[in-house]
Amino acid sequence: MEKEKLTGRSMDPAVQEMISRAAKEGVETVWDRLEKMEPQCGFGDLGLCCRHCLQGPCRINPFGEPQRGICGASADTMVARGLDRAIAAGTAAHSGHARHLAHTLKKMAKGETTDYTIKDRDKLLAVAGRLGIAVEGREDMAIALDVAEAALADFHEKDTPVLWAATTVTPGRVKVLSDLGLVPRGIDHEISEIMHRTLYGVDADPVNLLLGGLRCGVADLAGCYMGTDLADILFGVPRPVVTEANLGTLKADAVNVALHGHNPVLSDIIVSVAREMEAEAQKAGASGINLLGICCTGNEILMRHGVPSCTHSVSQEMVMLTGALDAMVVDYQCIMPAVATVAECCGTPLITTMEICKIPGATHIQFHEETAVENAKAALRQAIAAFTRRKGKPVQIPAVKQKVVAGFSVETIVGALAKLNAEDPLKPLIDNIVAGNIRGVCLFAGCNNVKVSQDLNFLTIARRLLQENVLVLATGCGAGALMRHGFLDPANTAALCGDGLKAVLTAVGEANGLGGPLPPVLHLGSCVDNSRAVAVAVAVANRLGVDTDKLPVVASAAEAVSEKAVSIGAYAVAAGLPTHVGVMLPVLGSPLVTQVLTEKVKDLTGGYFIVELDPAAAAEKLLAAIDQRRAGLGLK
Amino acid sequence: MKALIVVDPKRCVGCHSCELACAVAHSRHRQLYGAVAEDPPPQSRVYVERYQKTNLPLQCRHCEDAPCVNICPTSAMQKGAWGEAVLIDKGRCIGCKWCLLVCPFGAITLGPEEKAMVKCDLCAERAAEGRPPACTEACLTGALQYTPVEEFTRTKRREFVVDFLQSS
Repeated sequence: MEKEKLTGRSMDPAVQEMISRAAKEGVETVWDRLEKMEPQCGFGDLGLCCRHCLQGPCRINPFGEPQRGICGASADTMVARGLDRAIAAGTAAHSGHARHLAHTLKKMAKGETTDYTIKDRDKLLAVAGRLGIAVEGREDMAIALDVAEAALADFHEKDTPVLWAATTVTPGRVKVLSDLGLVPRGIDHEISEIMHRTLYGVDADPVNLLLGGLRCGVADLAGCYMGTDLADILFGVPRPVVTEANLGTLKADAVNVALHGHNPVLSDIIVSVAREMEAEAQKAGASGINLLGICCTGNEILMRHGVPSCTHSVSQEMVMLTGALDAMVVDYQCIMPAVATVAECCGTPLITTMEICKIPGATHIQFHEETAVENAKAALRQAIAAFTRRKGKPVQIPAVKQKVVAGFSVETIVGALAKLNAEDPLKPLIDNIVAGNIRGVCLFAGCNNVKVSQDLNFLTIARRLLQENVLVLATGCGAGALMRHGFLDPANTAALCGDGLKAVLTAVGEANGLGGPLPPVLHLGSCVDNSRAVAVAVAVANRLGVDTDKLPVVASAAEAVSEKAVSIGAYAVAAGLPTHVGVMLPVLGSPLVTQVLTEKVKDLTGGYFIVELDPAAAAEKLLAAIDQRRAGLGLK
Repeated sequence: MKALIVVDPKRCVGCHSCELACAVAHSRHRQLYGAVAEDPPPQSRVYVERYQKTNLPLQCRHCEDAPCVNICPTSAMQKGAWGEAVLIDKGRCIGCKWCLLVCPFGAITLGPEEKAMVKCDLCAERAAEGRPPACTEACLTGALQYTPVEEFTRTKRREFVVDFLQSS
């Protein structure tokens, strides 16, 4: 395949090599399917189609008649309804992940499963304390049970607000959200209410619909925050780890097992079980078991165990094309059904594990918390069996990998800053923001979208912002993109960062005995871990005595795909952040909705969307937003 | 032919509705619910192509001096009187694909029955019922319109005159 076509598909040399291999082998990939799909439906692209009732489907003509759906819904109504449903879907996914962990915590606390323990007692006590759960003189398991029940109670409508929202934002934000009626009453309640109000013949007021969407977005923050908290209690708060990323982490002579999806509830168990099963793998003629991560399951086990991330998001099919993968074990979210087809072509077992996520062509090993270790072993045994079949056959593993330093939980960041100022850990960060050594903070989140050359938007924007001394945080496949290009390697801090930022990262790194700087980009974790970015922003805002909408903090989902990115965007805007989206949201069909999202909402929450498809222009807009916030705080 | 398919790429949003409608119009069932279950599936004769940001629905232009008609060795490809559609006599078609090779627009392709070629027939069957081609009916944005030749050229002349006189 010619170079130009390859760079149009991915900026990652390892992925490019596998795209060429796929073309040679006649294996269809996501990029081929995009080509076949083009031109994509313009009505859908503009948000101008509606299938919410059986009189439809309706479409509105952006150039003329019809201007209304059969029920009379205008383009504004249709677009706002569609966006609301995307936010509800994203919220359902993040909170479903969190609920899964809440049930696991509950089963553990009640002794119904022995495969899980409290890995981080401090976190348990911190979360309980924040929720107002008594801890003094109580057994850990009793506290854990209360935390699990408080979590499950946050899903339904009740007299108190959703605790994981109300206790995680600034006091000022609680007031803003209360005044706007944006405090969620129950996570499931908000999702359900979106489904109700977007039903045939209910809410037709686009602004009212969008406010409902924002409230659901706040419920999504709760789901994400809960997901992070409970995973930290069960599996440990991430601490800095050194590892590697990209396809070069596969080993021809090992049993290579990729763990893909989002929830650590199974993958974390697989990590510990794999250590016990090394001998079994060696008996089969392998050098051992080589676990690898994909997407956010990858981020979870990278952050906590240093498991290498082999690839992310749009390039998930590429791992199998190496011919060296012995199993892909998946939980849920962002798993393209296409991996089953590629798995068949490449002879790799695809193993699904969750009741709600089965894929035709995959082998299903039903996972239960009660039998987690046993289920993990069964999956690994399939991989070992696949290795015995693969042994000796040629593989093509791209010789591409990057060093990664990750594991920057809030606790880690505060701990690292405490080495500079034990009394007031946030002071060094704030002082450097005031002095301009740190111009602002940008969080990169979200996915890789096939419509963008993979990683291009992240790389272009991050490069510019780092040069301009913006502290860059990253989660999810945004972090994945940056890690595959060396942005998480401290060796690149000097070359990538402006002088001010470089000095700060070096001072913190040296105070922590690293003998050098922190990496250019701090990896906060998976996509639920966007909550960690909120936690950092809230801590800084509280320390300064301002609200989060005053901080020089911005966010960017530069290559967003999932509806989860839409719901995250909604809570970032609700929290008051200028939030960039680098692909088109399906809203352009309604000039009103577009204007509300990009301008008017600023008057309500202080946050707003920046939709900019050109990454260079997006970087300038993010810098301008940071500077505007700085000016608002009286900073130069 | 009293009318022609007028294509306006500026109005095409790439929804593929024309392709869907064309396939349905040429399906055995002639309606969507039946057509989706057919094997082989019905085939569209119109193709929404894209270059950069412009969509262009392409279909047979029913050339007056049609290369496909000229090259057809069995006279399966036939052109009626001036302004009429170019049509395929399936019984005569040997599937030699010369027409596919010489069509300047790539508007002729191989059908599911292996032998007969497939191209736009201006929805001959619908025309007999006084209905316009399915693609033009399905196009919500007016990127495809079935317009009498005289009406089209009159509109075109009018637009030209207005532009010309306003700018001079």
